[in-house]
Order: sequence, then structure tokens, then C-alpha cells
Amino acid sequence: MTEFIQHLINGLSIGSIYALIALGYTMVFGVLKLINFAHGDIYMLGAFYGYFISRFFSLGENPSLFSLLLALTLTMATCAFTGYLIETFAYKPLRKAPRINALITSVGISLFLEFTGQLVFGSDPKFFPQIFAISGEWAIGDLKFNPLQITVFIISLTLMAILQFVIFKTRLGRAMRAVSFNHDLASLMGIPTNRIISFTFMLGSALAGAGGVLVGLVYPKIEPLMGVMPGLKAFVAAVLGGIGNVTGAVVGALSLGLAEEFVVGYLAPSFRDALAFTILILVLLFKPTGLFGTKTTEKV
Amino acid sequence: MKQYLIWLTALVAIVIVNFGLIPFLPPYYYSILIYSGVNIILAVSLNLVNGFTGQFSIGHAGFMSVGAYLSAYISIMITKDNPDLLANPVTANLIFLVSLIAGGAGSAIIGYFVGLPSLRLRGDYLAIVTLGFGEIIRVMILNIDAIGGARGFTGIPLLSNFLWVYIAVLFTLFFIWRLVNSAHGRTYLSVREDEIAAQSMGVNTTNAKVQAFVIGAFFAGIAGGLFAHFLLYLNPQTFDFNRSFEIIIMVVLGGAGSISGSVVAAIILTVIREALRPIQEITRIDFRMSIYSLFLIILMLNRPNGLFGTKEIFNFMSSKMRRLFLGKEDTAT
Repeated sequence: MTEFIQHLINGLSIGSIYALIALGYTMVFGVLKLINFAHGDIYMLGAFYGYFISRFFSLGENPSLFSLLLALTLTMATCAFTGYLIETFAYKPLRKAPRINALITSVGISLFLEFTGQLVFGSDPKFFPQIFAISGEWAIGDLKFNPLQITVFIISLTLMAILQFVIFKTRLGRAMRAVSFNHDLASLMGIPTNRIISFTFMLGSALAGAGGVLVGLVYPKIEPLMGVMPGLKAFVAAVLGGIGNVTGAVVGALSLGLAEEFVVGYLAPSFRDALAFTILILVLLFKPTGLFGTKTTEKV
Repeated sequence: MKQYLIWLTALVAIVIVNFGLIPFLPPYYYSILIYSGVNIILAVSLNLVNGFTGQFSIGHAGFMSVGAYLSAYISIMITKDNPDLLANPVTANLIFLVSLIAGGAGSAIIGYFVGLPSLRLRGDYLAIVTLGFGEIIRVMILNIDAIGGARGFTGIPLLSNFLWVYIAVLFTLFFIWRLVNSAHGRTYLSVREDEIAAQSMGVNTTNAKVQAFVIGAFFAGIAGGLFAHFLLYLNPQTFDFNRSFEIIIMVVLGGAGSISGSVVAAIILTVIREALRPIQEITRIDFRMSIYSLFLIILMLNRPNGLFGTKEIFNFMSSKMRRLFLGKEDTAT
């Protein structure tokens, strides 16, 4: 039983990081109908931005909640800016081009970030400074919690709650939903669609950046290719939940995190990375709209 | 009739070059020639999927690795116990033919199972599934001990040569050229142009996409087999995502939907890759992929049609030349 709860916590903690990435995928897909391949690499950039910010302010020497929040906020801001740059220079000119062109471009950006990251940061892993520490372990009876995992989980939940608020309670969020519902109609209603799309990109990138910092907190080894696998898995999570659906992305990501953790814990550790793709193929075969997605008929 | 004459001329030219020129070629240039040929097959077969059918596959190196490992395994299994089969050129070439076709077929079968679930849906999913597939196949090869695992696969007999590679190139070009200009292949083009319209005209779009994908996988497997029996050493790292990406660049640079464009781009990129090697050795940085990816982005933003667009090289020739090549005035797409 203890082991089970341990796996549960691990799964939720990694799942919440997938969720932060998956939200960006699903939001960008919602407004632009584009799979942004570079999204996983924004998450990688987030980890590195966090690393350099922590080094710059020497946050590793006085770990505290304040240090963590400072690193988190600054990283989210820089990641949002990076997302804005990518959107403006690479995706905006392709608005009217065939979708496959934007897809190829996003693969290009993804690779550009990965390999330039290797040139700039070096391909050897870096160790993320410990900017937040809680001494000891929390324990209830036999149950031991890694406090960092709990922290990660709580912070991601908070961020998701903020996102939920932004999407469903603010004017900006309403505009986002309108653009995602029907791009042309939204623009007829006077919604500045281009600005909304840029904003969506920034929001998604900020969340991915936060994911990067949080993962650095729990698994401190960061390297330029670290974004590839979580990026793909987050995409699978977004598809599992129904791509374009915000709640679906969170549910999908948490279930994927749990599924992975249980497969590693009880079945076979070497199948960890294969699981996500198996799930993807199964979802595509049996329920391509995902758990929460609604079936859309393509109109001519 | 005239069309077939062109292909026959090309065949004769390959044979003449093989006996007249190849023996005098320095080994380094010879290997560049072979790699160009392999890349042409890869680029043209990927073009069938990405360019002509309009689906976006980014796991072509995975299919190449299936073909490479499978054909190498078969030829090793056959010749392990009786090595004198290799001494006889007739049986050696026969074995090579069998292992190549088996490698291609194996790759095609896997292509069917990878393609079917994702191709029922919109194209974007194929990109992710093929990307994941490329990774899975790499991990699987690493874990199979019979084919060397992480150590790499050694002991492959040298069976590839210029003649084999370029006859395979010619066959690929012939097959795909005839395919996309047939009524059957036109269904692929219709899927690319407008899937809904194609569907309403009675085209089974899923079938068309899966067929194109399986044929593409088959030729990638053949290319893998040719590559394996030339390099004689296989390593899962050879077939990672970067390899797939290089093939995509070839297709995009040449023009998605242009066979001759893919051929030209495959040759250009193979040569550039070798030309960059000295610079890379001096600086000790592998900046090639950075440049490639930046190049791809710039290409997409400024000239998304690549060198030739959907035109073929004949479309740029004078009408007299075109008649000579095609035997008729109007050309495909």
C-alpha cells in the first residue's frame, strides 16, 4: 500500500509537469490548429533560463520559497518573450500558407533550439542549483513524501488554476476562446486575432518555462535535449485529453504520468518511453477525439 | 515508347559508367557517389509521402534502419554457414537481391501498421507517430542482441556496389515516376490537393495515404539494405532523428512534389555534407544541424516550394528537349 501511494505521488508530480507542457500544446492548437513541435524545447529553455537566473542572483546559496518564486517568475517572463519572438518571426508570416509549411517550420525551430542549445550551453548535463529546499522528509506513518515533489505538484496546480481563471474569467480569455472557436468570425467581431494568437503563444511558453524550472527542482540534471521526450509525451497527453481542450490536457497529462509510473513500478521499467506512443496509437485508433474532445466535422 | 527509351538509355549509361569510370575513381569519391545514390532513393521515396500525398512523415530513417538491419541479418544468416556462396558472384548477387527485397518488405509491413492508425486522421498526427516510431525502433534495436544491440552490427558482407545502388535508384525513379503519373497515383495527388474533394469524388483517401506510405517505407528499406551492405557496420545511432531530418530537408529543398528536385537536392546535400567536414574537423563543433535547421526555417519562410516546386526538371527545358524526354508535350503536375 505504501509503495502504491509512493508511485501515486511520483506519477502525479511528473504528470503535473507534463500537464504544464500539454497546456501550451493544446492552447496553441486551439487558436492556430498547429502542432508546435518547438514547445518541448521551450520547456528545455525554461530549465536553462532558470539555471542562469539562479546563478546570476546566486539563488542556490540561500534557498527559500522567495528564491523559487523569483526564479519561476523571471523564467516565465523570458520564456514568454522567447515564445513571442518565435511566433512573430516564424509562424506569423505563415498564417496564410498551407498548414504543412507551418508544421515543417516548427520542426525546424525545434531542431534549431536543440542544436544551438548544444552549441551554446554545451551538450554535457548541467546541475540545476537547489533554489528551494525543505530539510528532511515528510512522513505519515510509513509513508515518506519528498517535499519537493509535493511543492512541484502544488505550484503546478496553482499555475493551472490561474490559467483556468485567465481563460474563463477575463476578456482576454474570452477572446482566446472565440478565436479558437472560429478564427474568421472572431476577427469579424473586432477581436485582434493576431494579438490574441501571440498572447496564447506567450501564455503557453510561460507555462512550459515554469515546467522547466520545476523539473530542475526535482531532477536537477538539465541538458539541451531534455525537452524532446517530455515534449512528445505532453503532446500525447494533449491528444489523450482531446486536443484543444484545456481540462482534457490536464487530465490526460496526469493520467499519462500515473500510467508511466505504474508501468515502471509494477511491469517493466524499460517500457517507460514506449508506453506514451502505444497510448497515442491506441487513442488514434479507437477514440481520435480524445477523452474530452468533441467531434468536429470538417466543412468544405 | 519514347519514354521507355529514356529509361533504357539511363540503364545503359549506368552500366557504361560502372565499367568505364568507377574502377578509376578514388575510394572517397566512390563512397560519396554511393551515399548520393542511397540518399536519392530515400528522398524520392519520402517525397511520395510528403510531397505527392501531402502527409508529413518524419520517421523515414526508422524505415531505413528496419530495411538495413533486416537485410543485413538475412544475408549474414544465409552466408554464415557456407561462405563459399559469397565467392560465386551469381549466388552472392542473388542473396543480396533476396535480402534487399526482404528488408524492403519488412519495412513496408511495419509501415502499414504504423501508418494505418495515424493516416485515418489528419496529417499532423502522422508526424508525431512517425517521430515516436523512429525512437521506438531505435530503442528496440538497442535491446536485440542478435543484431548487435548497442555494440553495433558487424560482419555484414560487402555486396553493394555502384551498379546495384544506381540500378536501384533507376528502379525507384521509374516506379515512382510511373506511379504518380498513373490514374492510381493521381488519387495520391488528389489527397494532397483537397482531401474532402477527393473523398467526394469517390477516392478512398485512407487507402491512398496508406499505400503511399507503405511504398515509401518499402523503398526506404531498400535504401537501408544498400547502405548496410556498403558500410558493413550498422549502429542504431546512424538512424536517429537527425538522419530523418536530413531526408526531409532534401525533399523540402528540392521541392515537395518534384522527383527531379529530390534527386538534385539529395546530391547537393550529400556533397555539402562532405564539403563541410574539414571545417567541422577544424572547429570541432558539429554546427551542421544548427545550420540545416536554420536553413529549413528560412526556406519555409521565403521559398516554401523549394528549388523546383512541384515542377520537374524537364519543365525548365526547352520544348524540344522536353519532347525528347517525355515523348509528349504536356507534363505531369
